[in-house]
Amino acid sequence: MDQKTLEKKDRVVVRFAGDSGDGMQLTGSRFTDATAVVGNDLATLPDFPAEIRAPAGTPHGVSAFQIHFASRDILTPGDHPNVLVAMNPAALITQLGALEKGGTLIVNEDGFSDHNLRKAGYESNPLEDDSLGDYQVFAVPMTSMTVRATEEIEGISSRDAARCKNLFALGLVSWMYGRPTEPSTHWIEKKFADREPVRDANLAAFRAGYNFGETAELFAVHYEVEAAPAPPGTYRNVNGTQALAYGLIAASVRSGLGLFLASYPITPASELLHALSRHRRFGVHTVQAEDEIAAANMALGAAFGGRLGVTATSGPGMDLKAETIGLAVAMELPLVVVDIQRAGPSTGMPTKTEAADLLMALYGRHGESPLPVVAPCTPSDCFNSAIEAVRIAVTHRTPVILLSDTFLANSSEPWRLPDVASLPEIDPGFATEPNEGDRFMPYLRDERLARPWAVPGTPGLRHRIGGLEKEDVTGNISYQPENHDHMTRLRAERIARVAVPDVVVDDPDGDASLLVLGWGSSYGAIEGAARRLRREQGLKLATAHVRHLSPLPGNLGEVLRSYERVLVPEMNLGQLSRLVRAEYLVDVDSYTKVDGLPIFTRDVMEQVEARIG
Amino acid sequence: MSERTNGRPGGNGSGPDADLGFGQPGEKAVSEGTVELPLTKADFSSDQETRWCPGCGDYAVLASVQSFMPELGVPPEKIVFVTGIGCAGRFVYYMDTYGMHGIHGRAPALATGVATSRPDLSVWVVSGDGDALSIGGNHLIHALRRNVPLKILLFNNQIYGLTKGQYSPTSEEGKVTKSTPFGSQDHPFNPVSLALGAEATFVARTVDTDKKHVAATLRAAAAHEGAAFVEIYQNCNVFNDGAFDAVRAKGDKERNQIRLEHGQPIRFGAEDERCVVRGADGRLEFAEVSEVGEDAVLVHDAQRQEPSLAFELAHLAERPTGPTPVGVFRAVERPVYGAELSASLEDAREGVGSEDLEQLLHSGETWTVA
Repeated sequence: MDQKTLEKKDRVVVRFAGDSGDGMQLTGSRFTDATAVVGNDLATLPDFPAEIRAPAGTPHGVSAFQIHFASRDILTPGDHPNVLVAMNPAALITQLGALEKGGTLIVNEDGFSDHNLRKAGYESNPLEDDSLGDYQVFAVPMTSMTVRATEEIEGISSRDAARCKNLFALGLVSWMYGRPTEPSTHWIEKKFADREPVRDANLAAFRAGYNFGETAELFAVHYEVEAAPAPPGTYRNVNGTQALAYGLIAASVRSGLGLFLASYPITPASELLHALSRHRRFGVHTVQAEDEIAAANMALGAAFGGRLGVTATSGPGMDLKAETIGLAVAMELPLVVVDIQRAGPSTGMPTKTEAADLLMALYGRHGESPLPVVAPCTPSDCFNSAIEAVRIAVTHRTPVILLSDTFLANSSEPWRLPDVASLPEIDPGFATEPNEGDRFMPYLRDERLARPWAVPGTPGLRHRIGGLEKEDVTGNISYQPENHDHMTRLRAERIARVAVPDVVVDDPDGDASLLVLGWGSSYGAIEGAARRLRREQGLKLATAHVRHLSPLPGNLGEVLRSYERVLVPEMNLGQLSRLVRAEYLVDVDSYTKVDGLPIFTRDVMEQVEARIG
Repeated sequence: MSERTNGRPGGNGSGPDADLGFGQPGEKAVSEGTVELPLTKADFSSDQETRWCPGCGDYAVLASVQSFMPELGVPPEKIVFVTGIGCAGRFVYYMDTYGMHGIHGRAPALATGVATSRPDLSVWVVSGDGDALSIGGNHLIHALRRNVPLKILLFNNQIYGLTKGQYSPTSEEGKVTKSTPFGSQDHPFNPVSLALGAEATFVARTVDTDKKHVAATLRAAAAHEGAAFVEIYQNCNVFNDGAFDAVRAKGDKERNQIRLEHGQPIRFGAEDERCVVRGADGRLEFAEVSEVGEDAVLVHDAQRQEPSLAFELAHLAERPTGPTPVGVFRAVERPVYGAELSASLEDAREGVGSEDLEQLLHSGETWTVA
C-alpha cells in the first residue's frame, strides 16, 4: 500500500550526471520519453564532454542530461535543477553548483570510493561530512542493489550487472515523479531483444530502482506533475538536429529537388550528416567531403546540376567556406549553408554553445557579398527554418545561411507535427527555353531580380558562370566600371527584396516601455522570463524575436522606435545590438553572455528586473 | 582492352600512334537523340574572344579539345567544363558547353558535386600546376582516389602565369623568379607520380602542340570510366618559355619523347633505336636496341593493377629535360564513384511523396492530444 505522500508540482528540473561510461544520456532520454507520454510539456539539454573517453571518474569525463517538465507550456530546459542525480563524486563536484539551494540530491553511494573521491578532487567524503547540509540528500547504494537484483540472471557477470545501475537510477526517479514504466520497459525489451541476459538485467535493474522508491522508507514523498494543456494534435519529441534534417527532407519533397548534402565531420554539425545519411529512401545524397571547402564546392556543383545543394558545418568550417559562399553569391545559385554555432574563436569549445557567428554570416566575405540569413529559435522551429531557408534559396537563386547553435541542435522539446499538405510548396522554376529570342541570357532577371536556373542537359541554354564579374543580362565577363557598380547594387537590392514576415511583438496590454528583442536560441529564455515576470510580478514588458537576420523584417525599425528602452540579450558580445543600432539609429541596451551555456530564463529575468522591476 | 571499348570504329585517327592502344570513347557517350547533324568543332566553340597571350600553349590545347569533342558523341548540353583560377581557368569560357569557373584550386570538388549528382553528364576539369597541385592539391588527390567520373586536364607550364611569373610546385629547384630571386629551394612535384600515388585509375601525359597525340590521349581519357588524369606539358612563352623544349621542339622531341603504348615495346629515338629495359639491379634504364636485342625491350602494360611499373616509368625522367615518357601510364578499372548511387537515389526520390513524408515525421514515439 502506498503510505507515502503525493505532492503536486507544476514544474520540475532534473539533471542526471555521471561518468561518460555510466549511460546518463540514455537515462535522460528514456525519462524524457516517459515524460512525453504523461503529456507534460518538456525541454531537455544534454551536456557531454568533448573528450570521447575522458579518464573514468574524473571531472573531465562527466556527462549530464537535464530535463525540465511541467504541467504548463515551458520553453527552456530550465536554469537550476531541483533534482540532481549524481552517480559518482566527479558528477557531484562538477554539477552541485547548479542545484538549487534546498534541492534534492540523489547519489549512488557505491560510487563514492576513496579512489573515486580522490580522482574527483575531494579530500573528504561529502556524504560523511556536513558539506551537503543545504540539500536534501538521498544516498542510495545503486550499484550493489543492481548487482543483487540481477544475481539470478544467467550469463550476466557482476561487472555487467553493475553497468545497469543507470537503469536503477531511471527506475527510482521514474517512481519519484510518477512516470509510467511501460515506455522504459518496452524500450529495453526492444533494444536488447536479441541479447536476453542483457535485456533481463536491465529490466531487473529498472524495476529494482522503481520498487526501491516505492518501498524504502528513505523516500517519504513522491510527486505528480500533471499533463500540460496543449493544442490538439500528434506530438513527438524532437531535437534541433532531427528537426533540421526533417525540414531539409520536407523541402526536398515539396520542391521536387533531390537533396544533396556535402559535409566534413565537425562537432556539433556531424550529427546532421549522420541524421540525413539514413534517408536514402527519400533520395538524400550525402557525401563526406575531404574538407570543409570541398563540401561547400560539392554542394554548389550539385546546385548547378539542379539539386538542392546543402552544406553543414560549425564555426571553423564557416571560416573555410567563406570563399565558396562568395562564389555562390556571384553565381546566383541556390545553396543552403547550415552553421551550427559553437563557442569560438578558433577551435574554442566545440561542445559548448554560442551565437557569435551572426556578423560573420552577414559580412564575413570579401567584397560586397550580401545573402539572406535565417535563424531558428527553438528545436522544433529548426524544421520550419530549414524549409524557409530552402524556399528563399531556390526562389531567389541565392546562398542562404541557416544559423542554428549547439544548444538548439542538442536540446529537445515536444513538436506538434505539421500537416504535410500545409507546408509551403517550393517551385524550382527551372529554365526550359531561350529567354531572348532564340538566345539564352543567364543573367536576365525576373521581377524578384532572380536569374534563370538552367541546368546542364537542357538543350539551347548552354552557358558559363563563374566568380569573375559579369555583365548583367548576358553573363559575359565584364570589367566595365559602370557594370560592376550596377551589379554590386543589384546583388544588394535583390537580397533586400526577399520578402520576409514582420516581427511579431508580444505586448499583452500594449503599454510596455521595455522591449526585449532576441534572435536564435534565446527565444525560450526571453519568452519564459516575460511570462513569469508578467504573471508573478505584474511587470509590463514586450518581446519580439528576429528570425530573419537578412534582410531584416520591414517593421523592425518602427517597432524599435516605439519603445522607450530595448534590451537585447545575446550569446555574443552584442552583435545584433550593433546591427540594429547601425541599421536604425536606435540605441539598445545590450546584455551579453559568453560562458558556453545558453541564456537562462533567470538571466533575462534579472536583467529586466534591474531595469523596470 | 575492355570489351566495352573494343572494336569501335576509329575516329580521325588509326593505328597505335593515334589511339595509344585504348580505342574510342564508350558507347554510353553516344547521343540520346537530341543531335541530328554531325557535330563539328564549331559546335563547341563559344562566341567569346580568346584572351590568352599570343603564342600561349593554351590555344593549341583549346583547338585540340574543341576538335575532339564531336568524337565524344555527347550533345554539348550534356557536357560540363569546370575550371579554377589561373590562365587555364579561362578555358571554360571558350567552350560552348555548360561551364563553371570556380575559385582557386577547388575545381575538382565543384566538379565532383556536378558529376556525382548528375551521372548523365560528361564532366571535364581544366586546371593548371598552381591551381591543381598547390592550392588545390587536396581536392585533386581525393577526386582521383575516389575515382569520380571526371576528365581532369592539368596544364603544366611549371610557372604561375596569371600572377605574372612566380615559381610553381612543378618548377625546378633553383628556379629564379620574382618571388625567388636567389633561386627556389622547393623540390617540385612530378604530377604523374603524384596522381599515381593518389591511386588514380587513369594517368597520362601529352604535349600541347602535339595535336595528334593530344587527341589520342583525350580519346583514351574519355573512354576511361572513372577519374582520368592527363598532364599536358604547356609552354608559357611569356614567363617560362622553352621549359619543355626537350620534348616539344622540332628536332628534340623526336629524340626525347618516349611514347608509351599499351602492349608495345617501349622504344624511342628518331629511328626507334633506343629503348627501356630492366637493368641488372631491377631498375629501369635506357639502352640501345642494337645492344640489348629486341627481346630485352620492356613491354608497356598500362592495365596492370599494381602501379609499380607506372611509377617507375613516371620516374624515368624526373624533369622533362631529356628522354621523357608521354602517353598513358596507367589505365585500370575500379568502381566509379557515386554513379550508381546517384541514379538509384533519384529513382527513390521520384517514388516518394507527401504520404511518405507524413510517415517519416510520425516515426518514433508519438502521442496525441485530443
